[in-house]
Amino acid sequence: MSIEWYIVLSSLLFAVGATGILIRRSPMVILLCLELMLNAGNLALVAFSRMVGNQQGQVFAIVVMVIAACEVVIGLGLIVALFRRKLPLNVDDLRELRG
Amino acid sequence: MEAVLFFLAAIGALGGAVGVVALRNPFFSVLALIVHLFSLSVLFLLLASAFVAAAQVVVYAGAVMVLYVFVVAYVGSDQESAWEPIPGQQFLAPLLGAALFIELSVAVLSSSLIALGTDGPHVGRGFGNPAAIGHLLLEDFLLPFEASSILLLLAAVGAVVLAGRRKEEGEAA
Amino acid sequence: MSATVWAWLVLLFPLLGSIVIGLSFKVVPAKAAGVIGTAAIALAFACGIGALISLLGESPEARHHASSLWDYASAAGLDIKLGIFVDPLSIFMVLIVTGVSTLIHLYSFGYMQSDEGYHRFFSYLNFFVFSMLLLVLAGNFVLLIVGWAFVGFASYALVSFWYRRTTATRAGMKAFVINVVGDIGLTLAAFLIFRELGTFEYSEVFAKAPHVFHTNEWSVTAICLLLLVGAFAKSAQLPFHTWLPDAMEGPTPVSSLIHAATMVTAGVYLIARTHVLFVLAPTAADIAAFVGLATLLVAGTIALVMTDLKRAIAYSTMSQIGYMIMGVSIGAYSAGMFHLMTHAFFKALLFMAAGSIIAAMANNQNIDDMKGFGKAMRFTSITMLCGGLALAAFPGTSGFFSKDEILAYATARGGMYEIFTVLGYFGALLTAIYTFRLIFRVLPGKPCAEAQELIDTGHVHHAHPFNPATGEEEDTDVGFPGADHHIAEQSWPMRVAMGVLAFLALFAGLVQVPGVDETITHFLDPVFADSPLAAIQPSVAASWAGLAIGAAISLAGIGIAYWLYIARPETPAALIRRFRPLHTFLVNKWYFDELIDILVVKPALAIGRFADRTFERFVVGGLITGTEDVVGGTGRIVRIVQSGFLRSYALLLVAGFAGLGLYFLLSST
Repeated sequence: MSIEWYIVLSSLLFAVGATGILIRRSPMVILLCLELMLNAGNLALVAFSRMVGNQQGQVFAIVVMVIAACEVVIGLGLIVALFRRKLPLNVDDLRELRG
Repeated sequence: MEAVLFFLAAIGALGGAVGVVALRNPFFSVLALIVHLFSLSVLFLLLASAFVAAAQVVVYAGAVMVLYVFVVAYVGSDQESAWEPIPGQQFLAPLLGAALFIELSVAVLSSSLIALGTDGPHVGRGFGNPAAIGHLLLEDFLLPFEASSILLLLAAVGAVVLAGRRKEEGEAA
Repeated sequence: MSATVWAWLVLLFPLLGSIVIGLSFKVVPAKAAGVIGTAAIALAFACGIGALISLLGESPEARHHASSLWDYASAAGLDIKLGIFVDPLSIFMVLIVTGVSTLIHLYSFGYMQSDEGYHRFFSYLNFFVFSMLLLVLAGNFVLLIVGWAFVGFASYALVSFWYRRTTATRAGMKAFVINVVGDIGLTLAAFLIFRELGTFEYSEVFAKAPHVFHTNEWSVTAICLLLLVGAFAKSAQLPFHTWLPDAMEGPTPVSSLIHAATMVTAGVYLIARTHVLFVLAPTAADIAAFVGLATLLVAGTIALVMTDLKRAIAYSTMSQIGYMIMGVSIGAYSAGMFHLMTHAFFKALLFMAAGSIIAAMANNQNIDDMKGFGKAMRFTSITMLCGGLALAAFPGTSGFFSKDEILAYATARGGMYEIFTVLGYFGALLTAIYTFRLIFRVLPGKPCAEAQELIDTGHVHHAHPFNPATGEEEDTDVGFPGADHHIAEQSWPMRVAMGVLAFLALFAGLVQVPGVDETITHFLDPVFADSPLAAIQPSVAASWAGLAIGAAISLAGIGIAYWLYIARPETPAALIRRFRPLHTFLVNKWYFDELIDILVVKPALAIGRFADRTFERFVVGGLITGTEDVVGGTGRIVRIVQSGFLRSYALLLVAGFAGLGLYFLLSST
């Protein structure tokens, strides 16, 4: 399969992830959709790395994975903290930062 | 052969993605994501990046998703309420998602980058295997490598601080 | 030392005096302030003499120097310096101003002694002298305007000196506003001069003007007419004269210095200084002469019926300045300046004497109530008589030689200018009549109550302080005219000042006897040498003929006054009954105040009211409220975006990204 296929698939997954963030209200699921988007990015990176012919894209993808892991850790920590303080786990109810 | 694998993995990935977004129960969304991750790993293998595929399974599906499962178990999986407080959001969101996809596809498909239409250059057997990646990590990309390890440390400390019990607050909200 | 250094010192001393007295008013006792003030002006007079001697040591052609301290503005074709111009004309004015001012300061030293605002008075008076000296010494039009404006301010400050009196403050404002109208004319004239000639410096302007302007060209005529607006406003000529009688609200020394001897002569000085321009615009010069003539006659007729002592003398001032303006406009420059000098002497003296009498009358200025001061106040009466004789041009006095010299010149110029001579003599007759009307009503006869009190007890009459014009009680904290001021008989500085002026009023005319010495004409010759009109000089015989006619008229006038007020005292009442409409017209000052009220004041107030009620409230207020509403409304709309919903922010983000992507896709096709 030519590289185009992978890239188009990657953009499809990215769009699905974006839609998920806009639609879902639970912070857990929003984080999961974020994971989707990051992975779509990873796929694109690896595909391009294959297209170019060197492995730098793959190293990039590994670093992205590390960052995704860190971000998930912090995000889940936040959710646990929210849960501990008995706050509603609903992004629409958590809106004190407004004008 | 390759095409069949590709389509199977693609369907798996897409299905998992749609499942994450569409399934009501957060636990099922986590499971859908695991499926998605595995499919992606297959796609990585097709793209001659063995190490990344392995890392995807071990790190992502293995560690990160386990974290998710633990938290979902702790927090509990509540269904989301049906009512939408923001007018127009449910309508606009898929629309914009579709617009995003279309734009990106158009950009890729009508690009003048000829290499996109090929399978990529011929690569040797050692392309994407741990030794090659290891060389790169420890020689050309040492700094990002070390920096990301510090980042991991920070994240770990941060998570402990965020989620830890505070003596003065206790369980009271 | 050179003349210009002396001139700078002349400017320095009054300014220093004003500042020192002004700043030290809490520290320095009252008498010391008076001494400092008088000394400052006396020093200035001494420096003026120094400058005179220095000038006389040079040849007549070289007697003009310009000197500047620094540049005010030197850019874009403008070159304005802080510069003075020293020549016979300016030194002549400097000597008159400083000389008469010294005497008036001496007089005030005694007269204002019990006044609460003693320090303020001397500070303002010194500042006034400084401004007047700046005006006459200025070497360019910009500095002239600065001096002009300062003098206007000093006049305002001094007229409304007793600032708790409503009549005084109103008079001060009136004087200032009318002066500002004149300032506008002067400033516009300066602009036009700069536009046509490219410079403000006197020497350059007067050198270039004959080459740039043709005779009676519209530009030079416009310049001269605008200069005349300034001159008439400052010198209280028609139609800008209404402020002068009201300015008598100020203390008597102020009236005597500013409104007799110095400030009101600034217009005459201006015309004399810019005579080069007036020679090039004969139409404007003729207009000036006719205005002077008209003022002369109008003021003379009003003075015949005035019952307020100081106001009558004020109208007399207006009339005499009409003579001066007439003189310098038709070309009798040195004659006009000579009359300026003699008028300064005898008018200042008359005001001083009037002040003394009013002090004795405890603030009452109405001559209907005054009688018999001849017996009660010997010294004041004698000096008043000297001043009156000079004003009426009694043969041999200074006024005699100066007034008739102007009229003789008019005859010498011939043609249309004979009108000036004829009507000028008629004016002289009126002058003699009204002057001696005042003297014969106030001095001889059975003493009135206040005078009798003075004779019997030696004390000045003390009345309850109230303002006769408005009936309101006077504020004795600030001071008011009347009981707390001193009479000459009891104050030696006043006697010294009045004595010197009486001497000058009687004998100062002897410096300019036709055919005998003519020192003033010779002294001022180099200044006016560039005017063709100065070459027209009446012959000695014609001058003496004119003097003879003048003598006859003066004696006739005194005789008529004697007949009306001493021999047949019931005649004036009968005349008033006979000519009641005319009398009313004259008593109401030819209705000029009412005319100006209708033409100028009421429309201005109406515009102000309109501006406040309509424009300010609706247009300006509406604009501001409208802007406020727009801003608030926009804010209210924009605030909707900040909802706090994470998902709507994300939506906006994605939407923006989609939009950008679309844009780039489209632009790359």
